[in-house]
Amino acid sequence: MSKYDVVMGAVITKPRTSLENKTGSWRTRRPVVDVEKCVNCLLCWIYCPDSAIIRLEDHIAINYDYCKGCGICAEECPRKAITMVEEG
Amino acid sequence: MGRRIGLMGDEAVAYAVKQCDVGLVSAYPITPQTIMVERISEYVANGEIDTEFVCVESEHSALSVCVGASLSGLRVFTATASQGLALMHEVLYAASGLRCPIVMAVANRALSAPLNIHCDHSDMMGSRDCGWVQVFAENVQEAYDWVIQAFKIAEHPDVQLPTVVNLDGFTLTHCMEDVEVLEDEDVKKFLPPRKPIYWVDPKQPMTFGAWAMPNYYYKFKLQQQEAIMRSLRVVKEVGEEFGKLTGRRYDTLYGYGLEDAEVAVLSMGSTSGTIRYTARRLRESDGLKVGALKLWLFRPFPEEDLVSALEKVKVLIVLDRALSPGAVFGPLGSDIASLMVKHGLDFKLLNYTYGLGGDEVTPEMAEKLFKLGLKVAEGAKPPSLTGYVREVV
Repeated sequence: MSKYDVVMGAVITKPRTSLENKTGSWRTRRPVVDVEKCVNCLLCWIYCPDSAIIRLEDHIAINYDYCKGCGICAEECPRKAITMVEEG
Repeated sequence: MGRRIGLMGDEAVAYAVKQCDVGLVSAYPITPQTIMVERISEYVANGEIDTEFVCVESEHSALSVCVGASLSGLRVFTATASQGLALMHEVLYAASGLRCPIVMAVANRALSAPLNIHCDHSDMMGSRDCGWVQVFAENVQEAYDWVIQAFKIAEHPDVQLPTVVNLDGFTLTHCMEDVEVLEDEDVKKFLPPRKPIYWVDPKQPMTFGAWAMPNYYYKFKLQQQEAIMRSLRVVKEVGEEFGKLTGRRYDTLYGYGLEDAEVAVLSMGSTSGTIRYTARRLRESDGLKVGALKLWLFRPFPEEDLVSALEKVKVLIVLDRALSPGAVFGPLGSDIASLMVKHGLDFKLLNYTYGLGGDEVTPEMAEKLFKLGLKVAEGAKPPSLTGYVREVV
């Protein structure tokens, strides 16, 4: 009926399709965690707008597939355990 | 067959809404649309309909509520005028882009400043490109008939677009006419419950209102364009079916005397009655070859129907009830000029603005327009190709 291969009204008919969009490629700076300083307080996990903080047993890690490099985690970390490093 | 009752335009719209089994109405009152909202809220308060009526603080919110409700699969109605339509402006595009088959009545009214509550078409013309199907009613009967048809057009699986029914403020909204209304059962048969294609449902999660990157955005917009073009056929089919039911057949336009008219006047809304009345009088008493063309459907613009309707016309006077400041022609005049270029039509085009802020066109003015047209058909030079009717004739 339409010559355009898109869904009417830009409806996304399945949930969780945003996972296919790896927004990590947008990043110009990457957060690097010093696991020795991290006390697993999880403030970064609360603040991260992209849910790109991975919770581990003793410290956090960054999901670089989705982290856009905004730096909010580094800004909020009370232990200064996260440093922003230029990409590339 | 239906019953005949006395209704004002606003009441007739509300009565049609009452019969269309609408799931939700959200609207903010504004002159001259107010009575529509009052009557619908009375129907709800009296338990005559089980429509959800959502009171809001502005037209922006009214249409936003309608978009949400429409996405949930409900049949939805709203109404506004003038400043209210202007305040809805950004949401108009969301409604069409999200393919919400909302029906809205617009009681056409001038825009400020200066403040004016009377009729012209500046409100609709200001939102002309919002992607809604747009029809104009000539009288109260047509306003009633178009609201019922509008739901059927909007909700058609090939269309799925919001539709606006325009009726002239005060001239139609506040004038009582003898209206033939359908029986509730007949409306139910004509307009079965809405069948949404996608709808918000927690059991089947979907995303509505996502963004589209440059490599996709144009595809959605062009797909929307395909849908509004398909609505041309749907408007005609629905008009024919409505005609079989009521004896009042609707189409994209209505011509009078065009089989041999040398001069025709094209108009929309209540003025079309004045023009056709004058054309008939001039034909019958003076044998003048004049005709009247009323445009019911403004968007999508019925190109093919206009080309055939104007086949024999030598002079066409296009009346615009909105000023397009600084433009070459008015909105309707520009469309006709485009049509002439695209289809190689060669009649003489005169495009006059009229009726701003309730300034009426009388039969005497219509007669002067026809007589000017006849002189131009004989080769005379018109005083101007554009201008305000009062100043031209």
